[in-house]
Amino acid sequence: MSTFPLTYALQEHAGDGGALAQYAGVMLVVPFLAFLLIILIGKRLPRQGAEIAIGAMAIDFVYALALFFRNATEGIVHEEQFEIARFGFGGGRQVAFEWGWVVDGLSTMMFLVVTLVALLVFIYAVGYMKGEIRVTFFFAALCLFAGSMMLLVAAPNLVQLIVGWEGVGLASYLLIGHYWEDRANSSAAMKAFYVNKVADIGLILGTVILAVTAGTFRINEILAQAEEGAAALGAVAVVAGLLIFFGAMGKSAQFPLHVWLPDAMAGPTPVSALMHAATMVTAGVYLIARMFPFYEGMAADARPWILGIGTVTLVIGAMLALVQDDIKRVLAYSTVSQLGYMVAALGAGGYVAGLFHLWTHAFFKALLFLAAGSVIHAVHSNNMSEMGGLRTSLPRTYWTFIVGSLALAGIPPLAGFWSKDEILATFDHAGVTAVFWLGVATAFLTAFYTFRMVLLTFHGSYKGHAHPHESPRVMTVPLMILAVGAIAGGFVLIPGIFSGFHHWVEVRQVFNPEEVEAGFDLAALIPGLIAAVSGVVAAWFVYSPDAETQEARDRVSIPGLYPLLRHKYYLDDIYWYGIVQPIKGPLARGVNWVNQYVIDGVVNGVGAVTMALSRFVYGALDQKGIDGVVHGVSAATDSAGTALRRLQSGRVQQYAAGFVVGALVLVLAVVVLR
Amino acid sequence: MILFQFLLVAALLFSFGVYGLLVRRNAVMVLLSVELMLNAVNINLVAFESVLATSALIGQVFAVFVITVAAAEVGIGLAIILMIFRNRRSANVDDFNLMRL
Repeated sequence: MSTFPLTYALQEHAGDGGALAQYAGVMLVVPFLAFLLIILIGKRLPRQGAEIAIGAMAIDFVYALALFFRNATEGIVHEEQFEIARFGFGGGRQVAFEWGWVVDGLSTMMFLVVTLVALLVFIYAVGYMKGEIRVTFFFAALCLFAGSMMLLVAAPNLVQLIVGWEGVGLASYLLIGHYWEDRANSSAAMKAFYVNKVADIGLILGTVILAVTAGTFRINEILAQAEEGAAALGAVAVVAGLLIFFGAMGKSAQFPLHVWLPDAMAGPTPVSALMHAATMVTAGVYLIARMFPFYEGMAADARPWILGIGTVTLVIGAMLALVQDDIKRVLAYSTVSQLGYMVAALGAGGYVAGLFHLWTHAFFKALLFLAAGSVIHAVHSNNMSEMGGLRTSLPRTYWTFIVGSLALAGIPPLAGFWSKDEILATFDHAGVTAVFWLGVATAFLTAFYTFRMVLLTFHGSYKGHAHPHESPRVMTVPLMILAVGAIAGGFVLIPGIFSGFHHWVEVRQVFNPEEVEAGFDLAALIPGLIAAVSGVVAAWFVYSPDAETQEARDRVSIPGLYPLLRHKYYLDDIYWYGIVQPIKGPLARGVNWVNQYVIDGVVNGVGAVTMALSRFVYGALDQKGIDGVVHGVSAATDSAGTALRRLQSGRVQQYAAGFVVGALVLVLAVVVLR
Repeated sequence: MILFQFLLVAALLFSFGVYGLLVRRNAVMVLLSVELMLNAVNINLVAFESVLATSALIGQVFAVFVITVAAAEVGIGLAIILMIFRNRRSANVDDFNLMRL
């Protein structure tokens, strides 16, 4: 099936979006205004600032929805840039720093996903965070999170993209460490921040290389130069492409930089949902998609790396998800795995397939996280060994969770089925057979661990101690809305019937059609479907019989492999003993010495001088000088007043005597001086 | 030298007025002393006019003005004294020290 003529037609006739696209910058400003407003007055409001956050996100959502429909009907390609600074460097060359927004198929799709998920998560968080500490700050940071993501997605140039990128990192740090009283949580926040920072070096280096070579930060101009085949850019394209992909690996949790993501579960569940579905981990996928024409043309040699890393990630993520006890960690590793699918699809040349999976994944993963949050809210534990049998006490959560799980497992006709099929078809068409079969095998694993989670949580007998109760409506209604998305989200791209999504995201200023089409492919559909269904069935056989302990319930335990998985491939240990400790040891000692003897000496010296100086200023100048004058003036005024008040006796005749004496003096003066 | 005698009378009258103003304790008498001083001034005005003999009779006119103002002043002064007397049962100026700071 070829849709390219239609795509080109769309692109040629794509409108500029009119005033709607021209003022799309409103969407970028509103969350930051809300952030400031919540910080300033949030505490005094009845819901502690949540209403501002929800209002701001609702504005953004409506705007994004309007843009989305406009793009779906006529296509939008629009870009606004405002120069904010200009720097010249050697040879009279100048680099302009600009802010702006780009509205096209890719960004409108992301706007909608980000604002929809953020809005539902904000509403849900009102119920989830009720009575928790620092609620105002929480909502302020959520606004910062969503706002930074909007800034990133709208970025027409790499500078703004990095600013949004770092803003997302900062907000995620604040939110993951929301309960920082617990050391584990603040460590998790720092880990996320550091791992992302390592990856950011790649992004920044890649950006600098591209900007210096191409002479501009504008993404579209860089892409246009890449299309024209500019020789200077061609020389650095692969290196820059790999460096930028390294940046994307951090945010999108690709192996081996995925380690921060499971630990990020330390944050409150709404944060996890937002982070995993819409705002943070999709940033890397978005970046690759934004630079897709670059990776498709000039930096094509970087693509096997993207495909390889994505494939490794999708397999290892799914395997790790098999052994987790923490329900949120299952979902976290599942996210790692699904992100691997997206990245691998983009690496294989499947632009639409990768983004389509991002789209459907946003719905069902947000749903699963929020439903898991509802469960955690009910049983006060993250561990599935303390759950079980919850389907009777949390019926609404159960049914929405089932919908999300079926979507994640890829059971038709739910959203995940269509996008996973699209990705598998991409692998098949790209001719990467090994990746295709790994993808199919992972589809089996996905279905298996998903239903392991469902069965351990909702079936069998209850093993916890709290008394589970269904969550309030403010939490379950977002679940139901997302469940609708998880069911219907896939219908926007049904091969051969309706290919709307295809056109929506292909409306771009610079776009070369992908080499690899997905489309309808029985060879991919059937193995994928068999893998998904057999995964669900296998999980049912293994996990549906109940048992007392978690070890007994977790029947499958392969010696050799399972300890490896439980220790997360020892990656954390490798990082800790291989990187963190060597740096910590000698480096820390050296820094400590410098600190003790050099910096402290200087600081103490400055302190002592300051003390002496201030003592002099206090004693001599302030006390004796300035205070002396002030006290003198007041004492003089006081004594003068005391002396003069005697004149004011109130006796009329004394006054009259004064007049007479005065008159006599005047007369005498006239007589004498004449 | 008729002017000198007029001036002498006026000066005596003024001195009596000043004396009364400073010495008498009764507020009414103080007020009367002020009237004496004003009348001394009037005599002076009229006496000088008779010598200078201006066509517009400035001295006489001015004396009439002083009499008018004096009448008004006495009216207000007596009213004040009456009010104070009602409140304090005394017309002694030594008791009128309410304006003291």
